[in-house]
Order: sequence, then C-alpha cells, then structure tokens
Amino acid sequence: MIEHFPLWPPGASTMAPNVDALFIFLTLLSVGMTLAIFAVIIVFLAKFRRRKGVDAEQIHGSVALELGWSIIPLMIFMLIFAWGAVIFFQERTPPQDSAEVYVVAKQWMWKIEHLEGQRELNELHVPVGRNVRLIMTSQDVIHSFYIPAFRIKQDVLPGRYTTEWFRATKPGTYHLFCAEYCGTMHSGMIGDVVVMTQPDYEAWMAGGKAGASMASSGAELFQSLGCITCHRSDSQGRGPNLVGVFGKPVLLEDGRTVVADENYVRESIMSPAAKVVNGYKPIMPVFQGLVTDEQLNSLVAYVKSLSQPPAGTQSAAANTKMGPKE
Amino acid sequence: MATAAVSAERENYLNREYGIRSWLLTTDHKRIALLYLVSITFFFFIGGFFALLIRLELLTPAGDLVLADTYNKLFTMHGQVMIFFFLIPSIPATLGNFLVPMMIGAKDLALPRINLLSWYLYIAGGALMLYAMLEGGVDTGWTFYTPFSTSFSNTHVVEAGLAIFIAGFSSILTGLNFVVTIHRMRAPGMTWSRLPLFIWAHYATSIIQLLGTPVLAITLVLVVLERTLHLGIFDPSLGGDPLLFQHLFWFYSHPAVYIMILPAMGVISEVLACFSRKRVFGYAAVAMSSIGIAVIGFLVWAHHMFVAGISLYAALVFSILSYLVAVPSAIKVFNWTATLYKGSISFATPMLYALGFIGLFTIGGLTGLFLAALGIDVHVTDTYFVIAHFHYIMVGGAVMGYMAGLHFWWPKITGRMYPEWWGRLAALIVFVGFNLTFFPQFILGYMGMPRRYWEYPPEFQILNVMSTAGSTILAVGYLLPMVYFMWSLRYGKVVGDNPWGAAGLEWMTSSPPPTFNFDETPEVTWEAYNYDQIPVPEEAWLE
Repeated sequence: MIEHFPLWPPGASTMAPNVDALFIFLTLLSVGMTLAIFAVIIVFLAKFRRRKGVDAEQIHGSVALELGWSIIPLMIFMLIFAWGAVIFFQERTPPQDSAEVYVVAKQWMWKIEHLEGQRELNELHVPVGRNVRLIMTSQDVIHSFYIPAFRIKQDVLPGRYTTEWFRATKPGTYHLFCAEYCGTMHSGMIGDVVVMTQPDYEAWMAGGKAGASMASSGAELFQSLGCITCHRSDSQGRGPNLVGVFGKPVLLEDGRTVVADENYVRESIMSPAAKVVNGYKPIMPVFQGLVTDEQLNSLVAYVKSLSQPPAGTQSAAANTKMGPKE
Repeated sequence: MATAAVSAERENYLNREYGIRSWLLTTDHKRIALLYLVSITFFFFIGGFFALLIRLELLTPAGDLVLADTYNKLFTMHGQVMIFFFLIPSIPATLGNFLVPMMIGAKDLALPRINLLSWYLYIAGGALMLYAMLEGGVDTGWTFYTPFSTSFSNTHVVEAGLAIFIAGFSSILTGLNFVVTIHRMRAPGMTWSRLPLFIWAHYATSIIQLLGTPVLAITLVLVVLERTLHLGIFDPSLGGDPLLFQHLFWFYSHPAVYIMILPAMGVISEVLACFSRKRVFGYAAVAMSSIGIAVIGFLVWAHHMFVAGISLYAALVFSILSYLVAVPSAIKVFNWTATLYKGSISFATPMLYALGFIGLFTIGGLTGLFLAALGIDVHVTDTYFVIAHFHYIMVGGAVMGYMAGLHFWWPKITGRMYPEWWGRLAALIVFVGFNLTFFPQFILGYMGMPRRYWEYPPEFQILNVMSTAGSTILAVGYLLPMVYFMWSLRYGKVVGDNPWGAAGLEWMTSSPPPTFNFDETPEVTWEAYNYDQIPVPEEAWLE
C-alpha cells in the first residue's frame, strides 16, 4: 500500500536538495505560523466566550503591535526572497562546461537531438554527474519542459530559444511532463528522462544509430543553403565572418551591442534585417519558413562550433575552410 | 420570488411594487443586488457542476469519463464561469450593491441607472458565455494563452472572449459607481475615518476594477483580432510576441484576485466585530492595508511568469514585490485575531464562516510565500500546488467571506432569519469538504502533478481520490444553504431590524429596508463599531 502512496517526489539532480531545503524550511515556518495563529484564536474563542454580564472591552489598537507584526514578517519575507533568489540564480546560470542537447517541442511530443547526432522522441538519456544544458524551442504553441525529480521547469516558446540546465545525481528513470497547457493531448505530452551511469551512457551512445553530428549537419546546410558564399571565413565576404563570433559582443548598425547567443544566431537566420552587424548591408534573404526547427538547431550548433577552442570540435571549422567553394 | 419574505404591512423595497417590470426596470440598488444574487447563483452552480465533472474524471489515472477535448473545455469553462461570472461580481455586485449606500447613509448609489446597465451588461456577457458553451465550448484554459488561443484552438474563443469583454464593463461600471458614491454620497458626519471597513474594502476593490479591467478588455480584443484577422500581435509566426499577451493578461488577472478577496476581507471585519462585540483592532491599519493591497497588487503580475521566459532580473523584482504585497495581508490576519481579544464572542453561522475564512486564508497566504520564492516556484508553478493555493484564497477566502456575508445580512435583506442549526451544519460541512478537496493538491503539486492533466501517472491516484471525495462533500455544503435560504423566504422566523445587535447604519433602518433606505437622512456622530453603545440582544442564535 504505502509504496503506491508516495508523498514526496524523487530527487535526482544537484538542484533537488536545494529546492527541498527551502521547501522544508517554508513548510515548517508555515505550519508553525498556522498553529500559532490557530492556538491564539482558539484560546481567545474559549476564554472570551460570551457570558452574561461580561461586556467586551473596547480596545482600539496598538501602534507598537502594528509595527511589530508588519516589520517582523517583512524581515522574514526578505529572508525567504533572498533564499529563493539564490536558488533561482543557480538555476539560471548554466556552468560553462555543460553538454548541450537540443529540444524541439510540438503538439504533442518532445523531439530531442544530442550534439553527437543521436535523436530521441519523448525520451532524454543523460549521464549521471554531467552538467547538461537544454536549448529548447517549439514548433507551434507554448509548452513547458518539466522534470519534477530535478525540480526544474522552463516554458518552451515558438520563435525563440529558452534554456534550462541540470546535473543528474542518481541513475533511474524519471517523469518528463509538459507543464504548459498545449491543447487536446497536453497530458499525453509526457516522457522519460533516463539517467545512466557513465559506462551505460557511453554504451547507449555507441549503440544508437548515430547520424552525423549536429555541427556537421549544420556545416552541410551551411553549404547547401548557400550561406557560405557570403559568410566567408577569410572575412572577404558580403556577410560577416562567423568564426569566433559566438558568445562575443557584436556591434550593430544602429550602435547597439548584442551578445551573439543562440537566440541572436536564430533571429539572424530567420529575420536577418532585425539586427544587422555594423558595416554590412541588410541583403541577407529571410529563411523563416525555409528551414525547419531541427535544421535551424543544426545551423546554430555549427555556428557555435566555429567558436569552440581548437581542442574541441575544430574539425567542423576546418572542414569549412577546406570547403570546395573556397 | 423574494416577495414571499415580506413580513410587515410597512412599505419596503420588496413590497412597494410587484411584477416582472418592477424588477427588470428597477434602479433600486437593493433590487439590483437581488437580480445579481440570482444571476451569479445560477453561474455558481454551472461552474460547480463543471468542477464536479473534473473531479470525477480525475478519480482514476486513465481518461475514462470524458474525452480529452471535453475535459479541456470543462476546466476552461469552470475557470471562466467561476472567475468572471461568479467571483468577480460575487460580493461587490450583491452585498456591496445592497449595503454600500446603506452603510454610508445614502438613498441609493450615485448612478442608479448605470447600476442597472451594469446588470444588463453582465446578463449580456453571461448569455454570450452560455451560447459559447452550448455551441461547443472553449478549450484555451481561462488564461487564453497565445498563440494557442489565437492560432491553434478550434473552439469558440471569440465568443467566450467577447462574453468576458462585455461582462468586464459591468465590473467597471460597478466600481465607478462605488467610487463616486463613497466620495459624494456619505451622510453628514460619516467621515472617512468613520467608514465601516466593508466600505474601505469596496473602495479599494473599485479602484482595481476601474484601472485593471480595461487592460483585460483591450487584451481580449487583441486576441479576437489576431484570431479573426491574423494581425500579428501575440503569435510569433505572424511576427508577434506571446509573452506580451501574458504581461497584459496578468496585469489585470493578478489584481483580479484582489477584486475577489478584498470585499471578503471587508465582510470578515464586519462579522468579527459584531460577534466579538468589539471595534476591529487597528481600524486604520486594516483600512490602509486594503488600499496597500490594491496599489502594490498592480506591481506583482509577472510572478505568474517566472518560468515563462522573462529575464533573471525581472523575476527578482517581481519576486520581492510579491513579498511586499503579503505584508498588508498578514497585518489583516493579525488584527482580526487581536479583535477577538477580550471580546464577548458568540458563534452564529456568519462567525463560523468568518473563522473558517481566517484559517483558510492563512493557509492560502502562507502557501503564496512558497510560490513567490523563485527557486520553489520553478518546481511548483503550473502544478496542483498552484491550484490548491489559489482555491484556498478564492474558495477558502472569497467564497467563505461571501457565505459569511450572505448569512449575516440575510435578515436585513429579507426580514427573515435562515435556520441557524442548518447554517452551522453547512458551514462545518463546507470547511471539512473544502480541506479534503484542496489540501491533498498541495502534496500532489510538490510531487509534480501538472495542472490541466486529463490523465496522470498512477502514483498520484490516492491523493486525487481524496480530493474527489472532498468535492462531493463540498457540493453538499453549498447545496444546503441554497435550499434553506429559499425555505427561509417563506418559513424563516420574522426578525426585527437588528437581530444581531450589530453596529452600522444598515442595522438602524427597518428590515427589509424602505426603498430609499432611511426615512430621514441619518446624521453620524459616532465612530464605526460602537459596540459599547449597542445593547446585546437575547436571541437564540447568539447562544
């Protein structure tokens, strides 16, 4: 009986104990406050029950009490705010060394693609003990990628990327839920997050029918879509050289500066006129509707690979330099 | 209908005229209050029926009672009906309409025809909502999130959106009427510092209705335009921004929570004072906390959007502001508790509901602290934790306050008393049923059960069964007052003008009151809650 009646979710990420600690603190505080207020009320109700001949004593108030029960709760609230903010800051700050996984949501499924090229549907395999960052977008309505065991959730929006990260701590299979109502089969848009030991994970990676890596698929698209004719790596093209651009600030034509993150690269492909790089003309064609979200992800992965340190995925960049057009 | 309650030969607002015309063309705030009472009760039971179907579907993990699309329509229309056609008008349009002029010593609201227009707008909106439901319903969730509502849903979004748009003007007009009335129509001597706290609460509510509702109206029009003409406002594939919708929607819909709860808080202040026979502790603090809630309440909307894709720093700002709005709510709970101190306390039905309100509102408020904490909100937002939290505020708070007020002023409205024993029993049933329904949902939420799920993993079943069981008890608790209130119209004990021995101008006129409320304009020379000057009646219901 009791094993079918759990009252607490499994915790399987580095974030889970942090969230649980604040939750337990707040629960104890709330139970304490509730019991204290109820106790006072019950004592008053019993002690000051209506009795014949005993009138109520008219008391108008007390400035000291008002100040006390305004300022003390405020201070406690600020403590809770700070604690919650610290956790949130961790949740919003992915470590630099995170492995990246791309997620495309659509009514009513999760399409997942690993950088190495493995694709999954409604399943996400990750190794234990590694930081993983999800780069997510939606093909239609808003969804939300929710893993209760990791205590993380992030809405997934059409037309842009949102991200979340985690570090799994315990092998096992955990729920993946869509948490933003998305239509008929919203409650069917669920899946499994499978946390594996490192050897199991490597075996799984090796066993899957791994296609080309996302960066190399992106490199192929970069050629077949003709991007390479302008975005030349010798900086002589009509478009900016993309090598080393990702993650760096970019000066725009209108004097603003933006950081070239995933959303900037995405926007520059889908609607290039939005933020044109200083010194270039707005001549790039619009690719909105011409590339799928998966192709877009590959292109983004490729552009990112152009800025990886040489020890990493420099091969993709090298391929381009040796590309036939140049 | 209510003519059955006419007790004495004395002319009052109920027996002055008869016939359907005398009701449908009335500009008497008391009759309009009753028109609202009947209309919102109708929608309350429709919304409640949807809720019961939702709970029955969730009895088992599999989706086996209704189809997925039907389920989605049920929770959508439950929310839309309960929020826009019951909770928003509940206390202001019924008790507020009836009592605001009387409590300040006025003959009527400042704009009586506008008051009637407000009811007709409500009925027009309600009729369109019923049409949308009968045509097949809406499945967007009451929140109309884009681009689902504008580009993907195949249901009657336009009709439902326009229905709420129209009903919104009814709410705006009521708020406008109250603001003008409270400013311009107070009897001689009724200074701002002598106003009952019920009036302060309604004043604060009216400000929100006036300033917030137009934003919702504009937003719904934009949804309709994007859906019908494909203007790119919210849908990214048309060049819009879906987060813009969420900002606009919550700019109204968070303060809307205070439209629902502030009037209930006003009721609780009146009831606690009466049944403790004491002035409310810290009158000024309680009055100002209502205004504080109304003002700060406008600055917290994006706490509904912590995982929606807003920036880290926006989230921090809205989190800290959300904690600020919790302070005036805490002040109220402490002052109500202190009001009991050295009182002379009796336990009639309104007092039981008021005590229930304090208990449930405290739990609802404290769980709000969880949700305002960013790190926790990420995990529990869009789960049953949120469902439980806002039902503790809206049902445990607003509806308990509404029931407290309805019982408290029933003898004033009808001239007859409801059956006290049944009243206490129903209050107890509501309290037990409510907690059984909604407390398990806090646990479900922390375990990770998302809201708006037609099917769910089997480990969540036991808590869902408890919740469904509770909802049937709750239904009994709400049906009972419906029955005994109707019964009391004919058979209830005829009572005097002030059966509770309560303070306040409304208790100094006859029951039911005459059409213009007072035979002579009262002159106020006393503070609110002058219970030391009012003799305690020796009535059975005060034992």
